[in-house]
Formats: sequence, structure tokens, C-alpha cells
Amino acid sequence: MTEHITLTAEQVEAIGERFDAIRTRVLNDLGEKDREYIYKIVRAQRGFEIAGRAMMYLPPLWPVAVGSLGVSKILDNMEIGHNVMHGQYDWMREPGLNSREFEWDTVCPADQWKHSHNYLHHTFTNVLDMDRDIGYGILRMAPEQKWHPYYLGNLAYASALMVLFQWGVMLHDLEAERIIKGERKWGDIKELVAGMRKKAGKQVLKDYVIFPALTGPLFPLTFLGNMSANLIRNLWTFSIIFCGHFPSGVQTFTKEETADETRGEWYVRQMLGSANIDGGRLFHIMSGNLSFQIEHHLFPDIPANRYPEIAAEVRATCEEFGLPYNTGSLRAQLGSTWKKIAKLSLPNRWTKQEPDLAVTIERARHEDAASKALAKAGWQRAAEREMVSV
Amino acid sequence: MSRFTRFAGSVIEAVLTPHAVDRYLELVDPMVTWTEIRGRVTAVSRRTDRTVTFTVTPTRQFEGFEAGQFIQVSTVIDGVRQTRCFSPAGSHHQPGDLEFTVTADAEGHVSKHLRENLAVGDVLGLTPAAGTFTLPGTPGDRPERIRLISGGSGITPVLSIVRTLVDENHEGAIDVLHFCRDSADNPYREELERLARFRNISVTYVYTRAGGRHLGPEHLEDLGDIGFACGPAPLLETAKQLYSDAGVELRVEEFTPPVVAAPSGEATGTLRFTEAGTEVDNDGRSILDQAESSGLFPESGCRMGICFSCTAVRKSGCTTNILTGESNDEPDQHIQLCVSAPVGDVEIAL
Repeated sequence: MTEHITLTAEQVEAIGERFDAIRTRVLNDLGEKDREYIYKIVRAQRGFEIAGRAMMYLPPLWPVAVGSLGVSKILDNMEIGHNVMHGQYDWMREPGLNSREFEWDTVCPADQWKHSHNYLHHTFTNVLDMDRDIGYGILRMAPEQKWHPYYLGNLAYASALMVLFQWGVMLHDLEAERIIKGERKWGDIKELVAGMRKKAGKQVLKDYVIFPALTGPLFPLTFLGNMSANLIRNLWTFSIIFCGHFPSGVQTFTKEETADETRGEWYVRQMLGSANIDGGRLFHIMSGNLSFQIEHHLFPDIPANRYPEIAAEVRATCEEFGLPYNTGSLRAQLGSTWKKIAKLSLPNRWTKQEPDLAVTIERARHEDAASKALAKAGWQRAAEREMVSV
Repeated sequence: MSRFTRFAGSVIEAVLTPHAVDRYLELVDPMVTWTEIRGRVTAVSRRTDRTVTFTVTPTRQFEGFEAGQFIQVSTVIDGVRQTRCFSPAGSHHQPGDLEFTVTADAEGHVSKHLRENLAVGDVLGLTPAAGTFTLPGTPGDRPERIRLISGGSGITPVLSIVRTLVDENHEGAIDVLHFCRDSADNPYREELERLARFRNISVTYVYTRAGGRHLGPEHLEDLGDIGFACGPAPLLETAKQLYSDAGVELRVEEFTPPVVAAPSGEATGTLRFTEAGTEVDNDGRSILDQAESSGLFPESGCRMGICFSCTAVRKSGCTTNILTGESNDEPDQHIQLCVSAPVGDVEIAL
């Protein structure tokens, strides 16, 4: 049975004001505490990295080396990289943690990722035909996506993407599906490819040539070890990221529904289009606090270590307005996601398509251009902050 | 640097990519640096109720300064790295530690913090010295009669110049005119007294809170062969007026962004803005300045290389960092437009 929820325009605006207040309060509170936190994480990441690289000299410790290096890559990718590139720590004015300067330990160039993530994904979250994270151009992740026999391989494509995730993320900004359709030409992607070649080149040289060479006769073992560490990071990041928007109950939206969104409507879309994962403190850190996907989408530029405290208020707001707060164990969210991948490999009429949840939002209609412009300004500014122009 | 050291250095950079080597070293010891300049505070004294005088030992990359120049000093306050310009007060012929004096301004966030909290052992961020508030000529060949006018904290670069001239055995007249609140409000009273004992050096004080009048023609009967002025804006305005009326050169320190000198000779090449589809002939100024002259107004902030607001992508070509002098020509690099100048043809994604 589909559960139906309706929100009035006033309720949406009240939610908007509530969240604006949270945002202002937390941003004004940022200080030494947050700086200490991120540097603690950076210190840990560097420690795991150096330990991992060093232990490759001792073959009996190979599994520990791989684990250590894997943890370092996960931390660099998620709690540090993703968050820094969102501008969460720009206020500190540290060149090493500035969103415009930071590069992360994966083959994807930072500026290309910021474009497809900060700009495209965060602005057009879960809007069909706009948010390319819905399916990454190769998967069918929403029933509204038209079925095609190609999608019979949905599970296989997802598995391949998971194993090679850092390469998938790197190729994401190419918009390969549009190249195949002939909409995008070489001239459009020439520079992207040059950037990829440069970044991936340095990463491959580091992990698969120099470090193995530095261990002399242990070259093949170190090569395999570094590959395994990258694999661990791929599997983990894929899983956490896919749990962010694909468990059942998460809403997608149409372009028409989201045209001329107000700030309140933007907040509500971000909230309903995201899902959290339950876990302990260590789990949250290892997931880059993307286990608080809802809070992250509401406040992408607030340092992620603040999400747990914000979550209590967001959850309370959901309860007050009768909205769902999508959260579950990693097992449940992951299971639900893979189930969706499997289900959507088949045409809609072959499977049960009743959504668990349908939310109707009464949209405020603005009579004159002035009030329309005013309503747009707030959310646009919030979204544009996440846009890092390249 | 030997070839082996250079090779080892590039291997280290290649294995730590994409992070800079300093991003590792700073977690172990902030005074051990690869390319960045830092300084450790070695002595602190609070000589007056508003000032703090301290010495700093810089890391090996620091290449010295010219008397009168300033350094961008940074420190972390409430989690944020704040940067301000301070002038070393010592003679530029004395090697080793740098001496600074900071006056806590009523509204000065950083100066107040330093006055209250600076301690021996603190590590500060530093930059190469910059600024044009310097002595023309060479040691032994300076202008004969030099007049220096300072107000409040402006005494520091002035003191640096005087001490440098003393080290050079300068024989011409050196006249210092210093404005401060009262005699207690002068952290360099003793040093200036000692300097005034030299036959050719004179120091005159004007105590503004004890009836002394602000700078006017009566203070400057003799403008000297060259003047130097550093202090609050009204003092500088008056000094500029007096000196320009008399047609004598005046150098002024306003702690403004570094002035670009076109790197080694004439500026050549074209500066192209790829997104706007426009281009201008490179005139050697910072890319931010040239962009604005051409009608483009990219986001900018401090205009001194501190805040990263103006960062944009250099698609191709070579640019020089105005602050450090380093050149780079790797394509698709992020650069800060306010402190980058084109060398030859350059394309910027603007």
C-alpha cells in the first residue's frame, strides 16, 4: 500500500525557515573545534597511508598493509576529500584544505568531480534527466527511466562500476551516454580527457610503478597490494554513495515539479531525495558522514562533523511535519539498493511498481516577478555556493 | 642542489601526490618545510601597553628582505588562518632572526590577539618579503639626505631603514620624524635614543595626545633628498602633498598588494580569456588587474594571494607568482589571479 503524505505551501516555507536558522547558527559557531577535528582526521589518514606503504616491505604483514592503505584512501576520499571539496573548510583559509586547491587520492581530477557533483548533483538532486547520479548514465535506477533490453545487465553493470568505481567516477563528467548518442563531440571533451590523463597518470605512476619499484623484488606483491587497497576503497565508497539516494522510499522528482523552486521547496526535495545509514561514530567517520546524507544534502557546505548534532533537529522537524526520515542499517539500505538494481533490470510491467511512499507538495505560486525573484534568491544562493566554477 | 637530491626530491613528490610534501611535514613539525616558509617565535616582549615586539627564526626557504619591505605573517585564531603584513625592524645586513613589532589596534582582530597571546615557540606562516618602500641605490651609493616620517606602528620599516643605513656607514643626514600618542607609547624609545647619538641622525617626536599637532609644513622645513612616510592615511596624504608640491621624491608604505614588475624585461605575449572569448596584450600586471581592465570582473577578495577567491584555471602558458617569483607552465592549473602575471602567451578560463 502506498503511503500518501501532503505538505501545504505554508508548511514548506516553515520548514525552510527552520533549516535556515540551523544553518546560520552552525556556520556562526565554526571555530577551533572544527579545525582540530579535520586535522585529527588528516593526521590519521596520513598515518594509515605511511604505515600501509611501509608495511608493504614486510610480506607477512601484507593483509595489514592493504587494510591500512585502504583505510587511508577511504578517509582521503570521503571524510577529507569530499568534504573539503564542498568548501566545508574554506573558512579556515588553509591552502591545504581549500576547495579550490585540493586534490584527492583517486584518478578523478578534483575540478571535474566538483563540476558533476557540487554543481550538477547537488543542484538538481534526484531530478530525472538532470541529476546524472541517477544511474551514472549506465544504470537504470528509477522506474521513470525508460526500460531497454540493455538494462537486463543492470546488476552486471552495477557490479563492474562498483569494482572500478574510481574509474567510473573519473569518466562520469564525460557524459558517455551523450557521446554515444552523438550529442557530445570530441571538441567538448578534449580538455576533460587531457585532465583525466594527467591525474590518472600520476596516480597510476604512484601506485603501480614507483611504490612497487621502491620495494625491489617485492614489486608484484606491492602492485597487487596497492590494487587491492584501491579496490577496497572502490567497494566501500560505491556502497556508501549508492545508499545515499537509492534505498526504497527515496523520492525522485520531475523537471516540471521543481521549476522555480523556493528555498523551502529545495530543502524538502533534498530531504526526501536522500537516505541515511545508522551506525556508530567510527562508521560515520569512515563513511565521510555521508551516512548523514539527508543532512549533507540540506547543508552541503557545513563541516560534516556537525551533521550528527544537526540530525537530531532535522529528525524532529520531520516528525513534526509528518515527513519520513529515511534511515536504516547498512545491511538494510544496501540490500534495498541492490534489490532495486535487480528489479529495474526488468520492464516495469513485469514487477510490482507500487512505491512505498508518495509525497505531494503544494507549490506556492508567485503572482509577480518580484516575489518570484525574491523566493528564488535564497535557495539559488545556497545552491550556487556549492557550485565551484571551473 | 645536486642532481641526485633533485631526483630524490621529485620521487618524494611523486609518491606523495596529490598532496604537497608540506602537507605531511607540517603534521610532524611545522618548522620542517619543503617549499613553504614558516617562522618560530624565539622572544616576546610587551614594551608598551599596546605593542608586542617579537623575534622570529625563519625556515631555510626565506631569502632575506630589503629594509622597509613587509612580510605577510599568518597565525591561526579561532580555527582560521589570519594573515597580516608586518615589516621587519632590523637592518637587512644582519642575518638570522626577524624582529617585528605589532601595535594592537582598537579594532584589530589579529593585532589584539598577538598582543594578548603570542608566546615563545609559536609557529607563524611567512612569505617572501615584498614592497617598494625601500632605499634606492646600493650601499655606499644612497641618496645623501634622507627624511623618514612615521606614525605609530609605521616606525618599524623606518627603523629598519635607519639601522640598515647605520650598518652601511651612511654619512648623509638621516632625520626621523615620529608621531605617537605620548612618550610611553613608543616601543623603540631606547633604540631611537641610541641612534640619535650618531652625529648625522636626528629623531624628533610629536606627541599627538600631549598637544602635538598632526603632520604639517612646520614639521618639515627640510624635505631631504628623498622622503619616506609610513603611518595612518591622513599622515600619508599630507606627506604626499608636501613632497609633491616641493618636487622631491617620497616613498610611501600603505601595505598594499605587491606591485608587479614585468618579469625579466618587457612584457610580451597575449592574455586570452577563453570563456569570454576576448584577449588583451600582456602588459605584465597581475592577471586580475588585466582582466578587470579588459572589462571582466572575476570574483576577488584580498588581492594579495591570501583568500583564494580569485582562483581560476590557467589553461595554457606560463605565469609567474608575483609573491614568490616562481614560474609554472603546467596546463590546467589553478592559480590565484591577483598574484600571477603572464609570461608570454597565456590562456585563462574566464
